[in-house]
Amino acid sequence: MISNNPTRCAACRFLRRRCPQDCVLAPYFPSSNPERFACVHKIFGAGNITKMLEQLPVHLREAAADSMFYEASLRVEDPVYGCVRIISQLQHHILEAQSEILKTNGQIASYIAQQQLQQQQQNVVDGASYQQDMQISEYLGVGSDVQTLANDSYFHP
Amino acid sequence: MAGTSPCASCKLLRRRCTKDCIFAPYFPSDDPHKFVIVHKVFGASNVSKMLQELPAHQRADAVSSLVYEANARMRDPVYGCVGAISYLQNQVSELQMQLAVVQAEILCTQMQHEPMVPTPQQIMDDPDDQKSYFLQNNNLGQYLSFPSSSNVIHDSLQRENIFGHDMVS
Repeated sequence: MISNNPTRCAACRFLRRRCPQDCVLAPYFPSSNPERFACVHKIFGAGNITKMLEQLPVHLREAAADSMFYEASLRVEDPVYGCVRIISQLQHHILEAQSEILKTNGQIASYIAQQQLQQQQQNVVDGASYQQDMQISEYLGVGSDVQTLANDSYFHP
Repeated sequence: MAGTSPCASCKLLRRRCTKDCIFAPYFPSDDPHKFVIVHKVFGASNVSKMLQELPAHQRADAVSSLVYEANARMRDPVYGCVGAISYLQNQVSELQMQLAVVQAEILCTQMQHEPMVPTPQQIMDDPDDQKSYFLQNNNLGQYLSFPSSSNVIHDSLQRENIFGHDMVS
């Protein structure tokens, strides 16, 4: 004779039946939380919950019961989309973030290219100024160091 | 109905498929697997109740999401859709971190890109000023004659202002 649980679990209380000692649902639907089972039963049904839990090893049943409760509560909240709405929103966030990363990487590449171009232009200008200085020195027939001394003596008589 | 095959749900449940069968529009006979999955996870009576509680124009979306959830639960009997949510949340966190890194990188690049000291090319606003610039560069000694170098500093700061950097307090 199978002995019964002294306190029926939430599932057996809801289903108005005796709660055996080896009740599959009792560990995951305690009598202290009747709403939890009511929610899961509304979406999945007691029979389906029991079948799904029985097909799993014992150490995985708690996680399965928790995830079913989570899904069921989202479905009760949103009868059309349930937890699929959250999945859809997360996928959208992922696409947005990926797009933003691509765009920012593009901007970085553009800045680097601009920097390189400016550096090249600067090199050309520096090269041109240097050439002009050299031409003046040649024209004056003096070296650059002699020109500096000449300037000093001019401004510092 | 003569000549009309029963919908996938009525075929599986072995019952007569009536004209106002609530499942028929969403579970056609050519896709029996769809209803099998939904029935296995949620049960036909629960699905029927859920659909009846919804306005007709929302039922197709509800069925699609139920099929999605049922498939997820079949693939992962422990976590179902919650596993997918957890995976996607991790992806979002990772991407947000990547985005933060890349945004910090672009700030650094921008700071490097904006010159603190204007190049000679930038000083030459007007092509006609090329001569005066040339003269300035070759008469730098005139600046050295001033008793203090404050005017030199002032001049360089004024040039900064042209480019929008307000360094003069």
